Amino acid sequence: MAKKEYAFYPGCSSQKGASASNYLTSVNAMCDKLDVTITEIPDWNCCGASIGYAEGGELPRLALSARNFALAETHMPGKEMVATCAACWLAQREVKERLDHSEVLLKETNEALAAAGLQYQGTTPIRHMVEVLIEDLGYDALKQPVVKPLQGIKFAGYVGCQTNRPFGIAGESFENPVYLDKLVETVGGEAVPYDQKVTCCGGALAFSEPEKSQKQIRDIVESAYDHGAEMIVTPCPLCQANVEIYQSEINKKQGTKFSMPVLYYSQLMTIAYGGSAKEAGLDGQLIKATKLEEIAKK
Amino acid sequence: MSEQATARYRNDFLKEVEKNVEEGHWVKMCMQCGVCAGSCPLGPAWAHPPQEIFMMIRAGKREEVLTSDSMWMCTSCYNCIVRCPRQLPITHIMHGLANYAHRLGLAPKGQPTQATATLFWNNLIKKGRVNELTFSLALYFKDGFVQGIKNALNMQAVGLGLMKAKRLNPMEILGGHGVKDQAGLQAMIAKAREIEDRKKGFAK
Repeated sequence: MAKKEYAFYPGCSSQKGASASNYLTSVNAMCDKLDVTITEIPDWNCCGASIGYAEGGELPRLALSARNFALAETHMPGKEMVATCAACWLAQREVKERLDHSEVLLKETNEALAAAGLQYQGTTPIRHMVEVLIEDLGYDALKQPVVKPLQGIKFAGYVGCQTNRPFGIAGESFENPVYLDKLVETVGGEAVPYDQKVTCCGGALAFSEPEKSQKQIRDIVESAYDHGAEMIVTPCPLCQANVEIYQSEINKKQGTKFSMPVLYYSQLMTIAYGGSAKEAGLDGQLIKATKLEEIAKK
Repeated sequence: MSEQATARYRNDFLKEVEKNVEEGHWVKMCMQCGVCAGSCPLGPAWAHPPQEIFMMIRAGKREEVLTSDSMWMCTSCYNCIVRCPRQLPITHIMHGLANYAHRLGLAPKGQPTQATATLFWNNLIKKGRVNELTFSLALYFKDGFVQGIKNALNMQAVGLGLMKAKRLNPMEILGGHGVKDQAGLQAMIAKAREIEDRKKGFAK
């Protein structure tokens, strides 16, 4: 397999001691097994996430993402940028689209960047890790390293919002994307059909409107149970955090007995590729993925 | 501060929105089909769904639109954008309206998503990266000390669970992650804000 190299934008939640640090652990292990090299963009900054708009406005937000592009262009010219976080990827794509289509915004953004000694050129494409996997490598190549197929485990592929809309993964439908199910099947698991695959978890409103958000989360987890799933798998750090963390809150308030592990695709792949539970970041689960741990031990 | 800047739009709120609100120039393209309203996960929580907000803008209902908490219900799920038959960037317009109302000081007082968003932005801009610990603490304590202790106790099990899983680091209280080029980052944000304020009539 040809070695692939990317400029890596991990995002705030993937940092050490942050809510998706186990995502990064598993991505590193997965990339290792696939011979994909990801090199962190030096001094990258937060993208503003999905709630930054309200205080940050338009241009400061554009400048944040443009700075990341400018750093990648300066330090890693010719490399594509890859993000693992749905919101990071979305913000970078949105900003790239705005800047590449508006001379006014491009000029103003570069004026702001100049204050940091940087310039946005627009030469760096932004990709999500899922795109790297299914487009650059392909399902066949992803199947090759499988040594411990996740046989007998039923997964609800929870795609959520921001890797799906408004851009999505090329060739996938907004209402019923199938790439995540295909990834599950590629590593030997079973993808159950269920009806909350692209339902919003509430996003950042999990903090500000907990009741409204927890209704969304309840719908998602309940549907996964109803359709026989044993675990939920997702490509998004905020989906993972919201859907896993608040199950105990919902249980407390509504008398449910939810205990559904919520994993990243990269954790499934790491285990299937023969990685340890630690390499897959399974020690980061609040709700333990016991069946995956057992497979890892075999 | 914005009295003078917005005076010229007094009789034409649509023009004001087109000029000052992010992606506001799309508002006039809405054909009132209501697909956005039916696609929104927080649909039942809106006083006015997007298509109603758009019609109110065209009808010049400036006060009612800008003081509404409707835009603050947006979860950024982008369902409305992909389903809009005219492909209006509805999510962005809602974000733009929320930001504009907030900058004018017209957003509803104590609106929880507005307050959270301000805490979030101030947190990330301080060092260029989000500090999840100080952000959570600021959130718990936003309604005062007593409420803060109550909130923290309520979420104690979750917090301890996250710490045990190494997904929340108490040492972040000492500052945590940040970008190295602090001076450059701050200068860039200040410049961006200055240009935007000048353009949108917020300049003092």
